[in-house]
Amino acid sequence: MTKDEILERVIEIVRPYAKDDDAMEVISLETNILQDLKVNSARLVDVILAFEDEFDIEVEDEDADAVDTVGDAVELIHGKVG
Amino acid sequence: MGVVAPNGVGLQAYELALREARSGIRHLPELEELKFGCTVAGVPQGVDEIAEEYFAPDELLAMNSSHRYGCIAAVDAWTDAGFERPDPNDDNVHWEAGAIIGTGIGGLDTTGDKLVPFVNAGRVRRLGSTMVEQIMGSGVSARISGLLALGNQVTANSSACSTGTEAIIGGVQRIKAGLAERMLCGGTEGSSPYIWAGFDAMRVLCRKHNDEPERASRPLSASAGGFVPGSGAAVLHLESLESAEERGARIYTEILGGAINCGGHRNGGSMTAPNPKAVQRCIRQAVEDAGITPDEIDGINGHLTATGADSSEVHSWALALERTPDNFPVIASTKSMIGHGLGSAGALESVACLLMLRGGFMHASINCEDLHPEVEAYAASVPHVMREKPALRTMIKAAFGFGDVNSCAIFRKWSD
Repeated sequence: MTKDEILERVIEIVRPYAKDDDAMEVISLETNILQDLKVNSARLVDVILAFEDEFDIEVEDEDADAVDTVGDAVELIHGKVG
Repeated sequence: MGVVAPNGVGLQAYELALREARSGIRHLPELEELKFGCTVAGVPQGVDEIAEEYFAPDELLAMNSSHRYGCIAAVDAWTDAGFERPDPNDDNVHWEAGAIIGTGIGGLDTTGDKLVPFVNAGRVRRLGSTMVEQIMGSGVSARISGLLALGNQVTANSSACSTGTEAIIGGVQRIKAGLAERMLCGGTEGSSPYIWAGFDAMRVLCRKHNDEPERASRPLSASAGGFVPGSGAAVLHLESLESAEERGARIYTEILGGAINCGGHRNGGSMTAPNPKAVQRCIRQAVEDAGITPDEIDGINGHLTATGADSSEVHSWALALERTPDNFPVIASTKSMIGHGLGSAGALESVACLLMLRGGFMHASINCEDLHPEVEAYAASVPHVMREKPALRTMIKAAFGFGDVNSCAIFRKWSD
């Protein structure tokens, strides 16, 4: 799976949790999930679970904690799905 | 006010259903599959579509049925009272406005569908972040405070089937004490077999009318066979008269007074049955608190669930209000149309009272053409069809709950 394909699916997973529609419009690898998209920090747990379901992977807590930007998520997922 | 009832969502639909004596009880195939004795229930219709319109996608992911009902009712009550929904990015808080939104049972659909199966399977990690807020007793009031930026006391009360009325009285007391200017008060109860199963196991749910759902909820009837479970929510926006008049708000009613008590499981009272002395005392105290005489009451919205307790309740009303069958006020059971909404019942039925006071009518108490012999003497006071009552001025509403708890509120038609 290419990083572009992963990015596309990550954006759709994050969309319902995003509180800032303008930031969502210009979402990119550099977008910070909490600060830019204003996702409630408690909901990050749900975003990670959704990644696991979507890509059939398991994400360790330490790996999850290291995800700040959309790009971090894409890298993490790409590393797991190859 | 805001209302999410099995026979109508929204004030207009609810009032129309009450006027037309329309039942919201339906057959639920799920209950049949699960081998319930009672396979009919009252479930509000079309709620998810409204919820999708009202709430953000991430909010919806954390809202089970009781959250959806309660939050729709609260938002509707807020806008009906003349306020706009605040922008989530506006940091202003309504410090003078709070909420008491109770529930009898709570978010058991979430507990049953997700929490228990996941925990038992060793998948705690997979529960996600939305369990606590959906199962905690104050989950609905907590969500409402965020939706409306409430800054006064925000809490949930729980006193079984007395919850909804108790919440209203609690809000009145807080406003009277000068601790809040405005309070959103009411109750909500979800739709779930897990909520109803315990009652079915107790054999207090109706089993005899599964094949005719609209006829199944039969308060005051000789052929009543237990209550029909209901669900939904109702929220009233309560406010001091000064505040309401100052901002030119539409006033549905003046809450003249109310009372809350418990029978202490004595004198025939128990975990599941009311102490009639406590019921009568609660009604009398409400009348006293209202500063009226019992003869000023001209309409009763009873608790009247369609169990053996209905007759005893009618006798308690007569004793407490010092009435005989000859001068007994008109009495009806909203549950005959919507079933028993448990923690939401007292609020759903209070909203019915306010709509009737404003509209000058008394809704029918359906399915009791065959009145129970013990209340036969009161036949003239039981409306089998809607009665136009332009002179309807003062209504009394009582609710009784497991634990032998009671609450009673008195509403008077508002005329400027």
